[in-house]
Amino acid sequence: MTAIASPTAPGTFRYQLKSFWSDFSASRGAFYGLIFIAFIMLVALLAPWIAPHDPAMQDRSALLVPPVWHAEGSWSYLLGTDAVGRDVLSRLMYGARYSLSISAMVVVISMAFGIFLGLLAGYFRGWVETVITRVMDVVLAFPSLLLALGLVAILSPGLTSAMIAIAMVQLPYFVRLTRAAVIGEKSREYVTASRLAGAGHLRLMFNTLLPNCMAPLIVQATLSFSTAILDIAALGFLGMGVQPPTPEWGAMLANAREFMGSAYWAVTFPGLVILLTVLMINLMGDGLRDALDPKMKRS
Amino acid sequence: MFRFLLVKLAQLVPTFIGVTIVAFAFIRLLPGDPILLMAGERGLSAERYAQLQSQFGFDRPLIVQYWDFLTGLLHGDLGNSLVTHSPVMNEFMSRFPATMELSIFALAFAVIIGLPAGVIAAIRRGKTLDHTIVGISLTGYSMPIFWWGLLLIMLFSSTLGWTPVSGRISFMYFIDDVTGFMTIDSLIAGDWGAFLSALHHLVLPAIVLGTIPLAVIARQTRSSMLEVLGEDYVRTARAKGLSSFRVIMVHTLRNALISVITVIGLQVGLLLAGAILTETIFSWPGIGKWMIDAISRRDYPSVQGGLVLIAFIVMIVNLLVDLAYGVINPRIRH
Amino acid sequence: MKKTLLAAGVAAMMAGATPAMAKTLVYCSEGSPEGFDPSLYTAGTTFDASSKTVYNRLVQFKPGTTEIEPAIAESWEVSEDGLEVTFHLRDDVQFQSTDYFTPSRPLTADDVIWTFERQMDEENPYYQLANGGFEYFNAMSMGDLIDSIEKVDDNTVVFHLTRPEAPFVANLAMDFASIHSKEYEEQLIEQDELQMANQRPIGTGPFQFVDYREDAAIRYQANPDYFRGQQPIDNLVFAITPDAQVRYQKLRAGECQVMPFPNPADVDAMKQNADIEVMQEPGLNVAYLAYNTQQPPFDQPAVRKALNMAINKQAIIDAVFQGAGEVAKNPIPPTMWSYNDEIEDDPYDPEQARQMLEEAGVENLEMDLWAMPVQRPYMPNARRTAELMQSDLDKVGVTANIVTYEWGEYLERSKAEDREGAVILGWTGDNGDPDNFMGVLLGCDGVGGSNRSQWCYQPFDDLIKEARTLDDQSERAALYEQAQEIFKEQAPWDTLAHSTVFMPVRSEVTGYVVDPLGGHSFEGVDIE
Repeated sequence: MTAIASPTAPGTFRYQLKSFWSDFSASRGAFYGLIFIAFIMLVALLAPWIAPHDPAMQDRSALLVPPVWHAEGSWSYLLGTDAVGRDVLSRLMYGARYSLSISAMVVVISMAFGIFLGLLAGYFRGWVETVITRVMDVVLAFPSLLLALGLVAILSPGLTSAMIAIAMVQLPYFVRLTRAAVIGEKSREYVTASRLAGAGHLRLMFNTLLPNCMAPLIVQATLSFSTAILDIAALGFLGMGVQPPTPEWGAMLANAREFMGSAYWAVTFPGLVILLTVLMINLMGDGLRDALDPKMKRS
Repeated sequence: MFRFLLVKLAQLVPTFIGVTIVAFAFIRLLPGDPILLMAGERGLSAERYAQLQSQFGFDRPLIVQYWDFLTGLLHGDLGNSLVTHSPVMNEFMSRFPATMELSIFALAFAVIIGLPAGVIAAIRRGKTLDHTIVGISLTGYSMPIFWWGLLLIMLFSSTLGWTPVSGRISFMYFIDDVTGFMTIDSLIAGDWGAFLSALHHLVLPAIVLGTIPLAVIARQTRSSMLEVLGEDYVRTARAKGLSSFRVIMVHTLRNALISVITVIGLQVGLLLAGAILTETIFSWPGIGKWMIDAISRRDYPSVQGGLVLIAFIVMIVNLLVDLAYGVINPRIRH
Repeated sequence: MKKTLLAAGVAAMMAGATPAMAKTLVYCSEGSPEGFDPSLYTAGTTFDASSKTVYNRLVQFKPGTTEIEPAIAESWEVSEDGLEVTFHLRDDVQFQSTDYFTPSRPLTADDVIWTFERQMDEENPYYQLANGGFEYFNAMSMGDLIDSIEKVDDNTVVFHLTRPEAPFVANLAMDFASIHSKEYEEQLIEQDELQMANQRPIGTGPFQFVDYREDAAIRYQANPDYFRGQQPIDNLVFAITPDAQVRYQKLRAGECQVMPFPNPADVDAMKQNADIEVMQEPGLNVAYLAYNTQQPPFDQPAVRKALNMAINKQAIIDAVFQGAGEVAKNPIPPTMWSYNDEIEDDPYDPEQARQMLEEAGVENLEMDLWAMPVQRPYMPNARRTAELMQSDLDKVGVTANIVTYEWGEYLERSKAEDREGAVILGWTGDNGDPDNFMGVLLGCDGVGGSNRSQWCYQPFDDLIKEARTLDDQSERAALYEQAQEIFKEQAPWDTLAHSTVFMPVRSEVTGYVVDPLGGHSFEGVDIE
């Protein structure tokens, strides 16, 4: 189906990778997105060394200090401080660790379960498919945020429950995509050939079918990565996400909301960072789709 | 077509049962206890607690409680709110029009701006205008809307004073409740001032709620247009010398609309999710805010009933989208 | 075409404005009322919308104070043994006439008796409708306290009590004791529409109910038959606005004239604004950290005192209350009678705290620190308070783990006698009586319940028990002052703060008085 995936496609793996890269980097936006994300990841990774302050350190003599470009600003707190005197910049840097790793976990969890269920549904059809699709329909019948909110309330607000809740509401998209792709691929010759060669169910599902269904899943994965960042922030905003003092971006924003009128920096910067990160991931996702989906490429 | 409808409806039944189970299980899994919450710092005696338990029926076996819930549901009876003591159905229906009105205006805003923007971007493919539209719509698509709402309030309401801060209508006006839609009710009452005030109050929330659908619609319109523009018959039409405006309007857009309509239909679930945040920010008296309050007060019947009704609406809308899609594109019926 | 439409619209807007020439006061309230029958609820938001506007009580708190003054009852006397309280009612009190009810007679002793009967008589249809759910009435033990109520004549009513109880008359000034119309509610019973009493209230108060739009607005109009005379404003609107930030914006834009509960962070900016006047009053509340005094090492007063000295309370006032509060040293607020100002607070001294812990043999102490999940009038942000305490305790070698639960669960779990660690909680006064704080929160009866420090200390308990039975205020005050000394010495709590109540009102509003009990009343308010 796609250049990298189909075994019938010409050329070596290296060739495929090269062609993918050239398609991907042809989109300038995608390229910048990738660079930005790499930068954020680097910041997250190096936060303990490059952050100017400990994110939990409370400077009681510097509550709500404005950013450095204000007259009352201070060079030791470039982006100002929050209500208990913690450095906003350092918290944003550490926050990247939480936002990125939680979102990554969300994608991994929902993708793993989604692919598994989707494979089952698409491969076996019949009642297995009916049960799985009906259950997914039920999940989709609720507005995602409401469902996530409820799940978090059940599991008690916190990092892990936010992660599970958001993975849960993302699940149906992976299931549906995998199922559709598997149904599409199943009747192809190479699958029949493999079956005739005596491959078992597991082998057929995971070794033969799955690699050929990956392209749309990868695109969906980037999409759900950015959605996860937004949803986690939204949960945090409603007070149900990651709990303070953890410097997660959404929780920072929610915690500073009461200062919207008097200390804009505590609210504006976390929001801005969320927006930028999500935007860049989406840019990257667009590039990925262009590179992986030949139909889009043609137009 | 009729068969198609029947099949679709039949598929809804198990989903709906699943929804009722989820809604029922959901509130029973929630930690916390509405009775204790109502008592607050003052607390209450063990006897009183037991008495309230039995009054609300929480002490009966779960299966009996579920059965009552299900049979009540079939009669349109969702029980009474623990907080206000009035029927959940009434509570829901008195707030639903507010959410509907907001969603309709948000969707209208998204379509009116998003559709032409997508068309223009497709026609100007690769030009600066295209890049700008694509860039803006991607930004909109990436927007944390709770933050966006706060920013717009800060700018337009606090700093510039152009728009009201929250609510549905100025408190000068008390319009008789006929349809529950402020804009329509004010027109029925023949009060222009109230109508303008209602519109004025709708602007910011509709923009905030419409931002993501707008981005999605613009992107979808652009890519479907590009796809159709590449099809042979459009090339033929162009080669035949038809004016490019006519080609775009008559041939391309009409065909591209199929996928756009699907996308618009799919926005309904998204709108309801977005409504939760938007209504919280703008103190909009709709069901999103009501649900959040009900969850935090552990108002079991309201949460349970609200979840079922919301899911029901989403399912019906999805069914309608399916049907519309079936009408436009008969192939998918099979 | 478009232009004429717009012009018509503007003209209509002007026309629409004419009825508003009648004086309308808009109050940006913080939430929706649960209903309009104050006897059923305990939330201040509900009382503001019902008892403070629509109803009156036999007696009332003098505006701006916690003193009792006459209302429907023009005078009252308590018998020698404290078991009989006689009220003499005014004869000019009318219930409101609305489009859903027209009274045929003025208020009499029958209405007073009805008001209490419906909350305590199991045969009463309203008792049955609510299934006895009159939470405040029950919480104040009124059912046990009132033996019977006797009508002497239309304007005289006698309460027979089962025991002498000093705060009884003050209790009758509380919202749950709002006088209902027997005539109206009997009509509703006849029409089998009992629940309408909770949706369309009838009372004797300064404003009568007109309309309620769920989660949006409540509308009232001045009661022309009000016994203290018609109010200067014609219409009163509650614009329900749950977000403090938004309330402030609306106040600034003139969309409302009065708002409660501003963000402390915004108060400075409000004070700078010439259009807004910020009224303030110390709140009748206390926020505290309750140790579990039954659990080692917190069973040693020295350890509790040491921890109190390790916590920088001023930092909490600065960072959490944004200055909108004061450090507390006693369990009752300073505005309450019998407040003992002689008492000296334990100083903030981490060095000495560390030493005291060492002397007590406490090393590497690890404790749970409970932070409630919600904002309360006495505590804007318990989470942030806990974070500050955590970092203070760390400095004296104590590791604190912040724990939190859903609010209902928090309240329940923190009651357990074997609970781990210390709990952040607070209290808002109901009737201005010291017993309402010290008796409820620190008495032996409250262990395993509202006494979150599980503290039963006989010398303290004897004092407050004795004070409850006395009628003379100065005698009682002496006992409470003594009790506060014992409290400080034993330190079952770290008394954290008394929050300040801020009421931003627009400068055109006159006559607004801040209620120390936390209510919001618009009686006597005018717009210039």
